[in-house]
Formats: sequence, C-alpha cells, structure tokens
Amino acid sequence: MMTESNTLSRPIRILVAKPGLDGHDRGAKVVAAALRDAGMEVIYTGLHQTPEMIATAAIQEDVDVVGLSILSGAHMTLFPRVRDLLVEAGREDILVTGGGIIPDKDIEALEGLGVGRLFGPGTPTADLIDYIQQWAGANLTE
Amino acid sequence: MTAINDEHDGRSMAERLAARDEEIERLEAELSAWREQAAGLPTRDDGEFTSVSGRAVEPLYTALDVSDKLQENLGLPGQYPFTRGVHPTGYRGKLWTMRQFAGFGTAEDTNERFKFLLSRGQTGLSVAFDFPTLMGYDSDSPRSEGEVGKCGVAISSLADMETLFDGIPLDKVSTSMTINGPAAMLFCFYVAAAEKQGVDIAKLQGTIQNDILKEYVAQHAWVYPVEPAMKIIVDMFEWASEHTPKWNTISISGYHIREAGATATQELAFTLANGFSYVQHGIDRGLDVDQFAPRLSFFWDVHNDFFEEIAKMRAARRIWARHMRERFGAKDPRSWKMRFHSQTAGVSLTAQQPHNNIVRVAYQAMAAALGGTQSLHTNAFDETLALPTEESVRIALRTQQVLAYETGITNTIDPLAGSYYVEALTDEMEREAEAIFAEIDAQGGVTAAIEKGWLQRQIAQSATQFQRDVEDGRRLIVGVNAFTEHDEPDVEILTIGEDADRVQRERLAEVRARRDQSQVETCLAALESAAVAEQNIMPAMLDCARAYCTLYEIRHRLEEVYGAYREPVFF
Repeated sequence: MMTESNTLSRPIRILVAKPGLDGHDRGAKVVAAALRDAGMEVIYTGLHQTPEMIATAAIQEDVDVVGLSILSGAHMTLFPRVRDLLVEAGREDILVTGGGIIPDKDIEALEGLGVGRLFGPGTPTADLIDYIQQWAGANLTE
Repeated sequence: MTAINDEHDGRSMAERLAARDEEIERLEAELSAWREQAAGLPTRDDGEFTSVSGRAVEPLYTALDVSDKLQENLGLPGQYPFTRGVHPTGYRGKLWTMRQFAGFGTAEDTNERFKFLLSRGQTGLSVAFDFPTLMGYDSDSPRSEGEVGKCGVAISSLADMETLFDGIPLDKVSTSMTINGPAAMLFCFYVAAAEKQGVDIAKLQGTIQNDILKEYVAQHAWVYPVEPAMKIIVDMFEWASEHTPKWNTISISGYHIREAGATATQELAFTLANGFSYVQHGIDRGLDVDQFAPRLSFFWDVHNDFFEEIAKMRAARRIWARHMRERFGAKDPRSWKMRFHSQTAGVSLTAQQPHNNIVRVAYQAMAAALGGTQSLHTNAFDETLALPTEESVRIALRTQQVLAYETGITNTIDPLAGSYYVEALTDEMEREAEAIFAEIDAQGGVTAAIEKGWLQRQIAQSATQFQRDVEDGRRLIVGVNAFTEHDEPDVEILTIGEDADRVQRERLAEVRARRDQSQVETCLAALESAAVAEQNIMPAMLDCARAYCTLYEIRHRLEEVYGAYREPVFF
C-alpha cells in the first residue's frame, strides 16, 4: 500500500453511498469494510438514496471523499448530479469517485465532468485505497 | 454401500451384519494403506482444495463416507424424499424449460426481444423489470430518473403490460415475473392483460417471484414492512389457489442471497428457512397447507463449484420434502415436491476476458441439469459489462440446447446418484442446513433475524471473506488474479438510450388523460378500505389494475395503511 504521499495527521473521511433505486450493495459494503480496514473513517448511507440526500450527508458529515456504487446503468445521471450539487454548495473540493458496471467510454465522459477515477468489477480493493490515499496526499492539507 | 446391496442368499440378519462389518474393516484397512502411500507424495502448491464456499474437500471419498441409510435418503425419482428428482421420468419425460430472463427499455423493446427468443426455440418467458418498477415507482416519478428501462423493462400500468405481451397469447406461454415488493400489483396487471386478450385466467401458467423475505435479506427491492408484506403474500396464495390454480404464487429464491455473498450452505438454509416462514404464515391464516403448498416454487443460483451445486439442489429437495411432511403435516405429495428454476451465477462472471464467461456458464448449466432443475436461465457472457446483446443472449440459449441435445446427460435420471462424493456432500449440506435453521430459531425466527440484520451480516461477512481470499490469492479467478492479459480487446456492448424515459413519460401522461378519473379514485379508495379492514386485498387491487391506476398510485395508497420498510444500515 502506498502511504508515503499521505502526510495527513487525521484519517481520511469518506461517505460510501448507493444512489438510486438499485439494491445491489455487495460491492458497496465490501469496499466500505476495506476502506475502514485501511484506516479511513467510513460512513455508509444505506440504500435508495437520492443525489440530494447524498450531497447533504457529505456536507453535514464533512467528508473528504464521496464514493458512489452504481450497477444500474444510471451512472450518467447520478454521478454528475451528486458532483453538481456539491459544486453548487461550494464544496467542489470533495472528491466524487466510485465504481460499478460502467462502460469505459462513460468513465472517460464522467472524468471530463469532474468526477474522479471509477473502478469496475474485479478491481482489487488495494487499487482504490491507493488511489484515495494518493489523492488525499496531493489535495488535503489538514 | 456394497455391503447393503449384497444378495441375501437366505442368510440370517446376524450373518449379513457380520459380513458388512468385515467389508467395512477391509475398506478401512485399504484406505489407511492408501493414506500412507498418498502422504508420501507431493501435492500441488496452487491448490487450496476447498469449495468456492470455503468448504474443505477430502482428497478421496469412499463407501465409508456414504450413509448406511442411502436408499432411504434417496428414494427413486418422483418418490419421497425426492433427492433424485420430483418427476418419475426426469428429463426423459420433459426437458427443463429454457427460460431466459429479459427486459429493457420500453414494453415495445422487450416485446420484440421476447418474440426473438420464442422464435429461436426458447420455451418460456421471464420478465426483468427496471428498478423503478421493482420498487413500485412510476416511470415519471422523480425517484425514477436515470433508471427507467435501464436494467429491465418499465411497467407503470396495465397499458404497459398489454404492450409487453402484444401478440403473445397468455394462455399459450408460461411467464415468470421477477418482482417482489410490488408483486401483487404487477400480478394484477398481468391478470388484467390476460382478461383484455380474452384469455380464461384459470389457464394462466407461470411464476411470480413474490419472495419478500429475501428482499430484506439480499436483493433489497422492498416496499412495506415485513408483517404487512407477508399478509399481502398470503392474500395472493389464497386468491390464486381459487382463480389461477396453475400459477406459482411464489418463487422462494436463494439466487439473490447467494449473489449478495452467501456461501452455498447459507443460500440453501436461508432460503429454506424463508420457505418455512411462508408456509407457517399461510397456516396461521387458517389455510390448509395442501391448498397452497403445491404452488410454492424455488429458485437457486448455480455457482462455479460443480459438485457442491449439484449436492445443494439434491439436499434442498430432500429437506423440503421432510419438513413439509413431518413438520407441517402436508398430506398431498405435491406439497412435498420442491420444483425449482435455476440461473447461472452472475457474480461468478468476470469483466476481464469476458469470453471466458461462456465456459463458466456452460459448466454451471451442466450442474443445474445434473441437480435436476425444472427451468434454467443461462447468463450471457457480457453481463458484467452491460445488458446482453442479441448475439450474447443467443450463445447463452444455445449453451442450453447443446447441453440438452448433445452431451447425453439427459439420457438417464440423476446420473450422479451413488457417487461417494456427491452423496456425502448432499448429506453434509443437509446437516449444515439443519444447524443453520437452529441458529435462525435462536435469533427468534426469520423475521426477527431480518429486523436485527443478523442474516444480512452473515452474508456480508461471507462476501468480505471471499474478496479477501481472492486478493490474497487463496482463490484463483482466471483473468482476474491469474492468467491475466494486458491489452484486452473491446467487446461490443448494448447501450440503452434515454428514449425509454421520454417514451414512458409520454405514455403515462396519455394513460392518465384517457382513463376515467373518478373510477380510479373509487378503486383506490376501495383498496384502502380493504387494507384497513384486513380483508384479502386482491379483488380490490385487480379492480385498480383494470381501471388503469398506476403502479405508484397503488403502492402509495397502501403505504398510507401499511407504512414503509426501513433497513438496518451497516457494513
């Protein structure tokens, strides 16, 4: 695990969320547990959250990162919506990342809209832990 | 066991038992010599020798591992306890139904896919609904945005159901509908669509999943709290036994429990425990168990571990038969028989080197057939990437046809019976399931175990363990953590446009404009009254469907009476 770039004295705070009506939460729960085991402070929203509920929770909980799990094909609607709500609230500093069943061309399009890296099926959890820690090392100051 | 099958030749019982003891001693001696020999030989260092569920597997099974009650535990095909299958003739009488789960976009889009599948030799239909429909929301609800028609077909009223089956006579096909929280509503749309076609509803054949307990446990498309949801299900048992006697009113499903992370034994035990809970609720209503139990059906996941899956299905039939007869006092043999659908394990497919999935699916399909499934869905290889294309669905269907017509496994019934390993594993899984039933009872039963999140936690723990095993390399997955490739070619995938969303909004607006609004109000009010009075709500709900009340209107009206389910959140 790459931790050398992470000079943060406090744990990274992350909100793991399931937007939309899709109930498949195996991935979200496995990822939440892995991030917690990697020393992060993890809050899990539970299922069937609207983008508004997620953005509100992210701001109230003052998280550094929001991780969305979307397997329903609604990623082109839900990722930008959560990102836009955070930007509107003046919190474009919060990283929006995530994973699910998302075609490569949609991943590229979402990156162009300010969404962070997205991870597909079969990704080792170490990869996303590395990504978040590196991002935190480069972007978080306190 | 060889000793039991010896000719009697007029020997006394004592002589026969002595001969059997000698035979056992001889086997034990041979086995210990073999152990000594094998212990001196190297074993592979890339082998864990555990099943995909983490079960330790012995290097060798012999007659010593098989119960001396083998014949009693097996029965013959079509005979109690049905370990060898529920039909006396197995697949020689009738092949399994090849039933591909399909649905996307609008009702027109899916109607076209259904007609394509039927024209290619598929023998039954299976409807996949989109997430808004699964949760009881209309396509034009703000909660539905982005998900309309994406993972299944959008059905918001009788009008959509009529379009879905346009040109498909409902007295000629059997239809399976994967719907749970709002199952009663979709079933009413289906019955009303059949009436519109002029079909006698007593002839309707098919299955509605309607298994709300596993929704709380695993798939999470719930609407109402547990007790009212169970009440509606018993209403359906009661209503359907009178009006649609050939319809399977529930498909008690292990599939989603397994996909969420459960081991094979957890899938087996949690699902059967849910089944017992439905039976108990029916009996508690005052229904005769034999009035509704023959229409209960099951649904299993078929994962990669070939023999474990076969043993699971054989054990499931036996456990169900024993509990139905011994514990619930069912007298009708049809109540003892577990009939089931199977689907290959979506969760076993990989996004990496996706064509390898064709091979995984073929092995899983073979396990389902050897386990004696009544119907089968084979997954398309590209389903980890998107909804399947016509091409990938055709390969999946052809996989079943090759299995049925070329491999010869359908020639004889339950060909693995008597295999030391399969029989030992079948017995072991039955024992493990019984132990889990006792644990669930200690939690206060299924409902209490759900409300405490106990079942959900067990499954999440198994999922996390599996992920760890993969990441630590204890479990190898070809293309993921072994035999990986760097530059994989792109696979052509199906894209669902945003058209469905727009078309559905327009259609709903049209339905709302065209229908008799005062009739809608009258029907919804009658439904609410029936719910408040704790009557069977099916007749009033069917009237709502006929009056073109929308899905959400019905859901919402009952929510006023029943409230909504809140999940215990944890990870």
